[in-house]
Amino acid sequence: MTQPLHFHPSEGFAARARAATADPALRKGFRGAMDFLQTKRQAQFTDAAELSDLRDLGAAIRRYSLSRLPELLQQLETNLVANGIHVHWAENADEANAIVIDIARRREAKLVIKGKSMVSEEVALNHALEGAGIEALESDMGEYIVQLAGEGPSHIIMPAIHKTKQQIAELFAAKVPGVTYTENVDELILIGRNVLRQKFAEADIGLSGVNFAVAETGTLCLLENEGNGRMCTTVPKVHIAITGIEKVVEKLEHVPPLFSLLTRSATGQAVTTYLNLISSPRKPGERDGPEEVHLILLDNGRTQAYNDEQLRATLQCIRCGACMNHCPVYARIGGHAYGTTYPGPIGAIVSPHLLGIGATHALATASTLCGACAEVCPVRIPIPELLIRLRNEAQSAADSGSELRGAGESRSVLVSMIFRAWALMYTHPMLYRIATWFMSRGRALTPTAQGAWTGIRTPLVPAPKRLRDLLAERNSRHE
Amino acid sequence: MSARERILQRLASAESRSPLPLPDVAAYYAAHQRNEDAAARLVRFRTAIAAAHAEVHDTDDAGWPALLCRIAIEKRLRSLLVGGDTADAGTLANQSQLPFALRSYDSAAPGWRNELFTAIDAGLTRAKSAIAETGSLVLWPDSREPRLMSLVPPVHFVLLDTRCIHADLHGAMTAEDWSSTLPTNALLISGPSKTADIQQTLAYGAHGPRELVVLLCHPTGAQS
Ligand code: SF4
Repeated sequence: MTQPLHFHPSEGFAARARAATADPALRKGFRGAMDFLQTKRQAQFTDAAELSDLRDLGAAIRRYSLSRLPELLQQLETNLVANGIHVHWAENADEANAIVIDIARRREAKLVIKGKSMVSEEVALNHALEGAGIEALESDMGEYIVQLAGEGPSHIIMPAIHKTKQQIAELFAAKVPGVTYTENVDELILIGRNVLRQKFAEADIGLSGVNFAVAETGTLCLLENEGNGRMCTTVPKVHIAITGIEKVVEKLEHVPPLFSLLTRSATGQAVTTYLNLISSPRKPGERDGPEEVHLILLDNGRTQAYNDEQLRATLQCIRCGACMNHCPVYARIGGHAYGTTYPGPIGAIVSPHLLGIGATHALATASTLCGACAEVCPVRIPIPELLIRLRNEAQSAADSGSELRGAGESRSVLVSMIFRAWALMYTHPMLYRIATWFMSRGRALTPTAQGAWTGIRTPLVPAPKRLRDLLAERNSRHE
Repeated sequence: MSARERILQRLASAESRSPLPLPDVAAYYAAHQRNEDAAARLVRFRTAIAAAHAEVHDTDDAGWPALLCRIAIEKRLRSLLVGGDTADAGTLANQSQLPFALRSYDSAAPGWRNELFTAIDAGLTRAKSAIAETGSLVLWPDSREPRLMSLVPPVHFVLLDTRCIHADLHGAMTAEDWSSTLPTNALLISGPSKTADIQQTLAYGAHGPRELVVLLCHPTGAQS
């Protein structure tokens, strides 16, 4: 069974975060995994100048591609169709799922085997397939593990990062027929390999994501280490790829720099084991490969981000996960606390477009704005700026004219009053002077219970003397 | 209006969408290229792919069948899948006394899928070229050497002509004019299949080959 969907991740976010931070095993697991991934990434980028140039290039390619997005999508479609690949467009999750189910029904499919696809998680495809009586089986080892456990991925690159090998050993012993308990990782992987090999041969449809879609050649690029992606896209008679509309690049030569940035930023590998470039279904005379290849292009709120010049940068993302690997909040609360398909900093900036700001406003506040995410982002997305913008949008007034779905829905009267008073004070020097005079003189009256702040901290109390007072004293001493 | 039209219309009507200049990818690679000769490139390729857990052997056009047989005996391989109608398959077929059964890709045979998945120990394919920077083999599977040959058998042998090693992926694409010649499926392979999905512990042989054996074919007489 797949997990029930969280359509309102903000609800219960604080409780989930609190539970996660109180779980020492989870904390230890994530800390260890984050340290591991950070060290590996760093070892890949020993030349700071090269890294900086490559990030400039990566960002320029992504910005350029977005600046021509509608043209590139049409070029991609034309070339894919010319190559024999079917192209479908979906505005939302339901449309995307209906397209897959339609193809599955037409092919009388009983089993869909899946390579890792975060977009299929985003639309909750497994859930929809189950509802249609079609089995969906994850074949990426991490995804296979979380599916067996009835959970969702907690990291976009390493889905089972929250699980220890003991937990996986128990899971396999309990859920895979004929397996005895073993903590040996090679044996555990072999168990998965054997189960899934059988399934690759049986499956009617293979489903995958896409890392980059190349418009000029009509090519789908997939990268992976395990080989399950190649299995899914080669063995079954039908291959369905699903991707967000932002993944397109114009030229094939745009792939190498992004590929290099992606693998090195994600897992600290110079390269993944496989780069799989698919440009057509099986041609006459060829002896393997799918007879039918489909690409589903999904919007699901991406056009909203696109419509806003600042928020458009969200779509530059190549889903490397480096921002979450370096996020002090993600490292402490883990992926599940976010309640969204995409956790961490990227989740906080992309989810509001997928689910609405009202449903996701808490995520943008789960940041210290330390800037680590922007510092490592291979395509230079200014994540903290976008977080601040989204925080403002969540509190915006009804007449702000915001076009974002759910803007102002979670507006708090108290918060907006405080900030209005704050703004007034800071833009009127006389008012500022008077207010700070009262605050410093009346500091004994400061309440000791200050809401969430004093839950784990000592109360904030204004200084006995203002900076202005201290300066005046100093100046009089010097005279 | 269809979903397609609505999506495209929303994108086209987005505010402040001014076209940006085409990024100069070639300039980046030109600025970061190394001035290395073919020998240095070979060393770089070999170091990188060996670091990714591939086995690398030196041989030449005349010597590789004997080397392959020796390795096959060491690894106790009982069957080897070769391409249909390729020069390499012909060379092997002409050897006397192979230590393994030679199988060719016979997708029309009944039960082929099952045999491929369960009964074949190793596959042999030729690489089109290779990439020094990342230690990657370039494979363009075709009707004679289909896609699954390099994926399903637990051991994958690859023949690589050492004269075909490019500095980086961009160099390979440009020199071989990929953008106008891409086949159904083009691949980079940079080691045996692997995963670190269980507690970041690296394990080989996730879904594809557990072992990748690279046979470097040096020009005859040039091998030192
Ligand atoms: S926002 Fe940047 S760092 Fe985060 S996943 Fe996307 S590309 Fe990677």
